[in-house]
Amino acid sequence: MPSQRDDSIAHDTVAPVHIAVDRAHASQPAGPIKIRARDVNVFYGDKQALFDVSLDVPENSVTALIGPSGCGKSTFLRSINRMNDTIPGCKVTGRIELDGEDVNDRSIDPVVLRARVGMVFQKPNPFPKTIFENVAYGPRIHGIATGKAELEEIVERSLKRAGLWAEVADRLHQPGTGLSGGQQQRLVIARAIAVSPEVILMDEPCSALDPIATARIEELIDELRNQYCIVIVTHSMAQAARVSQKTAFFHLGKLVEAGPTGEIFTNPRDSRTQDYITGRFG
Amino acid sequence: MLIWIALTALLLFSAATYMAARRKAVAATGGKPVLLHSLPGYYGSYAALWVGAPAALLILLFAMFGGRMEEALLRADPPAAVQALTAPQQDVFFDDARAIAHGGQPSETIYEGDLKTALDAKAAKAAHLQNLIQYGSVALGALLALAGIMIAYPRIGPQFRARNKVEGWIAGLFIACSVTAILTTAGIVASLVWESWRFFQAVPIHEFLFGMEWNPQIAMRADQYAGTGAFGAVPLFVGTFLIMMIAMLVAAPIGLYSAIYLSEYASPLTRSVVKPLLEILAGVPTVVYGFFAALTVGPIFRSFFNWIGAQLVGGSFDGLGQYLMQVQNQMALVAGAVMGIMLIPFVSSLSDDIINAVPQSLRDGSLAMGATRSETVKKVVLPAALPGIMAALLLAVSRAVGETMIVTMAAGLQAKTTLNPLDTVTTVTVQIVTLLTGDQEFDSPKTLSAFGLGLTLFVVTLMLNIIALRIVQKYREQYD
Amino acid sequence: MTDAAIPTAASLRQTVEARLKKRHAQEMRFRLYGRMAIIVALCFLALLLGRIVTQGYSTFVDYRIAVPVYLDPARIDKADPTGANYDMLVAQSILTKLGEQDDDLGEKSGKVMEIMSNDLGFQLLKMVREDPSLIGKTITVTGPVKSDAALYFKGQIKRSTPQDSRKLDDQQLDWMDKLKASGAVTSGFNVSFLTNSDSTEPEQAGVLGAIVGSAMMLLVTAVLAVPIGVLAATYLEEFAPKNRWTDIIEVNINNLAAVPSIVYGLLGLAVFSNWLAVPRSSPLLGGLVLALMALPTIIIATRSALKAVPPSIREAALGVGASRTQTVFHHVLPLAMPGVMTGAILSLAHALGETAPLLMIGMISFVPGVPEGFTGAATVLPVQVFIWENASERGFHERTAAAIIVLLVFMIIMNLAAILVRRRFERRW
Ligand SMILES: Nc1ncnc2c1ncn2[C@@H]1O[C@H](COP(=O)(O)OP(=O)(O)OP(=O)(O)O)[C@@H](O)[C@H]1O
Ligand SMILES: [Mg+2]
Repeated sequence: MPSQRDDSIAHDTVAPVHIAVDRAHASQPAGPIKIRARDVNVFYGDKQALFDVSLDVPENSVTALIGPSGCGKSTFLRSINRMNDTIPGCKVTGRIELDGEDVNDRSIDPVVLRARVGMVFQKPNPFPKTIFENVAYGPRIHGIATGKAELEEIVERSLKRAGLWAEVADRLHQPGTGLSGGQQQRLVIARAIAVSPEVILMDEPCSALDPIATARIEELIDELRNQYCIVIVTHSMAQAARVSQKTAFFHLGKLVEAGPTGEIFTNPRDSRTQDYITGRFG
Repeated sequence: MLIWIALTALLLFSAATYMAARRKAVAATGGKPVLLHSLPGYYGSYAALWVGAPAALLILLFAMFGGRMEEALLRADPPAAVQALTAPQQDVFFDDARAIAHGGQPSETIYEGDLKTALDAKAAKAAHLQNLIQYGSVALGALLALAGIMIAYPRIGPQFRARNKVEGWIAGLFIACSVTAILTTAGIVASLVWESWRFFQAVPIHEFLFGMEWNPQIAMRADQYAGTGAFGAVPLFVGTFLIMMIAMLVAAPIGLYSAIYLSEYASPLTRSVVKPLLEILAGVPTVVYGFFAALTVGPIFRSFFNWIGAQLVGGSFDGLGQYLMQVQNQMALVAGAVMGIMLIPFVSSLSDDIINAVPQSLRDGSLAMGATRSETVKKVVLPAALPGIMAALLLAVSRAVGETMIVTMAAGLQAKTTLNPLDTVTTVTVQIVTLLTGDQEFDSPKTLSAFGLGLTLFVVTLMLNIIALRIVQKYREQYD
Repeated sequence: MTDAAIPTAASLRQTVEARLKKRHAQEMRFRLYGRMAIIVALCFLALLLGRIVTQGYSTFVDYRIAVPVYLDPARIDKADPTGANYDMLVAQSILTKLGEQDDDLGEKSGKVMEIMSNDLGFQLLKMVREDPSLIGKTITVTGPVKSDAALYFKGQIKRSTPQDSRKLDDQQLDWMDKLKASGAVTSGFNVSFLTNSDSTEPEQAGVLGAIVGSAMMLLVTAVLAVPIGVLAATYLEEFAPKNRWTDIIEVNINNLAAVPSIVYGLLGLAVFSNWLAVPRSSPLLGGLVLALMALPTIIIATRSALKAVPPSIREAALGVGASRTQTVFHHVLPLAMPGVMTGAILSLAHALGETAPLLMIGMISFVPGVPEGFTGAATVLPVQVFIWENASERGFHERTAAAIIVLLVFMIIMNLAAILVRRRFERRW
């Protein structure tokens, strides 16, 4: 990881926990807006889980969503690729735009939307199929590959991308469930990028992994950032600081504060943000 | 009658013992029950158990086996005239003797001369033996009860750990109850194997398993066991298989698709309406399905095929038409189809459980890739649930093979080796029922063959069940 | 990098969208199959129940005929009143009512006997035997018409059918119309179907004997299977050490639950009937066999009810110094009771509908009356259905369906009871 620390702000005085904000990432100019959420409200039956959330997610960067448990991070994430549609009784209002199009518009097919917006879940969930079949799943259902050779190429490319190729090249036809947790999570990432999505949503992708596996995934995220727009939910401040350029803090279903990661961690505007990142609650 | 009196007396005696022992325990502490090791009731129960339980058990055992003891004793020294009779005649003779003794209905056999005197003597002896056994058992019971009180009563004192002892008795009862399950299996296996063994002495086992002709109606003389080879069960196996296949062809797709729809698509409201309705279908007794098959589905199918036949006759499919015109009510298709209906809720509810056990995260993973619901079901959920679904289908097959009433009422009796669903076939269970209903003497290969068939049925269904339950268990462990 | 090979976002979207229509069509088809499967299954249910109701409801209406009969002393021997032909007396009284004269050969009275039940004759015989002073008087007897006649009244035998392909000829139909018009034949709710037992005459056959038989048999089953099952389950769930033996018992019970019922019939025949000499066709024997059959399901239901009681309750009881037995009997079992009862009722309901094993143990015999005791010959509802279904007279067909209705009503009552128990005592932790 590149590490140029040219910070002049004494962040240590602000954050008693030592969080090394990666200035190089954090200060990079954000790309154009990829996802624009405006006044998003989400209801589970009668229960409202999100209140008027408005957030911009820039292209070619990593945006981290942080906040205490149950504050609605996953809910927000799932409303971007309309995974909330699969939950009976869940209702989303407001606008979420992907490249200027409202994802909840009737003309948008969730199938296409989800092909464009990939998702990685908290617990690795490889299908009970071979490694190859796991990665080939998306290209197959969407008819992306025209032949066997092309499919193999896509699988190989995606696995390489996900940094898993070296480990599984010789066992492509063994079950994906036989891999270790960290490998499974990378397999799932490979599965998601096999359809070349524009956005990748990650819901606590490292929470089930040990530190070494976590480091590998973080490296991977950092590499993927060049081509994709990545939104990641994490409970680890350190992780958010390490991998993200933009951070949004959620609390009790509301978006409290969002801004460049460096600012959020060194100079939060809201006292709740400060309390949270300094570990006073959460 | 005597038994009931004895048991009532025993009960009263036990109750009295309970009171006495309780009082003794309390008295021993000088009226301070706190000093007792256990609650006073336990002391009473302890003594009452010693008095009542062994004696009651003994009396009940005698009531159950007394008849057999009496018969054995009666047969102990047969007079010469009786010895001259053949074995079945002897059976009748002794049955008649006992019937006369107990005021029953003797057979219409006429006994004369020596036999008549022997009969009267034996009848008198039977009455005598019965009295002896009954009063003997009561007397023994009384002795046991007295022995019980001698053992239990002196032990009662403040230090005596009555509760633990009573709980010991309860544990014994518990274990005895649990062992009934084993005893049932043992009873099934023993009776099937024993009677089948007798059957296989008359008819070689390979002839039974591989013989192509089934015709147990042929009368067999005592000295001509297994002469004709009419006990070849292959036609029955084929018929059973045919009907099972038809049933599964109906039940598997309908049951599976409804399970998929209910677990993946249906709204909670639909589920809450449809599931109980399917449960009704599952709760309908099989004799009702049999009635439905015989009097509704059979005639409908027959007239349908007859009508098609009538259309075809004279055309280029004249032969087929002629055949269809002769189709009868009792065809394999009718029994199979109705059995399939019966199995729909069975397949559906088992598969529903299995499909629901597939973790939601797999569905989410697939949906998040942009798969449609049906693609998710077909490519992720079903492959993941496959072992469980196979097991469910195996259990349904086992049900189909063992189902009796539908086939008895709607399939035929003719043993034919055919896979034509429009033909009349018979099954293993139908034959067991026909062989064992009505009057029969219990020693002919004809009736014993039912046990051979029963053993085959038991072994086959047991294997299917064991395999299926294994698979299901493995499957559940995988997702736990 | 291989970036060059990666298609652009726009081209990818096109590929995906190109196949969308086909994929959504597939989705719709799949969903349709699922719907159809459910609809087909529900149609079968409707057809099954509908057929039974349409075939059986007519049984609950019966047609009764009332005739005044002159008990002619010339034809009834006072010393031996049983010798007289009462059927003939009734038939001739009906003829008189119709304003007809019997011919010498008794052809007409013979034809009348085909439309009136011989129950009328029996009634007369019974009355005269009890009270010989009736001879010489005129008394009115009321009884059912023959089942064929009832079928005519119910419209199931039609006048439009050619004479020789129906049981009753035109003259008989005319008579019946006349009797109906004159008010001698009246219709009403068929009480006798519920108060009579089996009979060789369809119009006199009823289900009382079968109902009583079923009740007695279920009583035996319940008394044996429920306590043994509950105790066994309690032992296995609460006390038994987890070792090879209890594993074997467990596997054993699961497999027993799936053994075909007919095998239990064979067991009952070989062990209870032949070996222990329990009387054949008796409620006792049937109850024993069904108890063994119900045992595994009761054990399984009880175990899952026990499993649902949270461990905290056991710990609390043990914590205040109760012994394990006390904990189980005072706390765990009472809490599990609703589940246990539901399971027990449901498996008894299942036993109520069981037929095949009972055929093995000789329950198929004709029993004209209420069983005399637990060791007497008896018949039960499902077997009664089977027996009547095999009978050739048309009158029995509707009675078969009606017996099924009665059977289903009892099963529904038991299932409702189970649901009520569950609702009433449902507890959430
Ligand atoms: N399927 C659902 N049905 C009803 N309520 C739900 C559902 N999913 C989430 N919720 C509720 O919505 C709120 C937000 O949940 P969400 O999962 O988005 O939280 P989160 O921020 O992701 O928490 P965590 O960090 O623990 O994952 C919570 O109060 C939760 O109880
Ligand atoms: Mg979450």
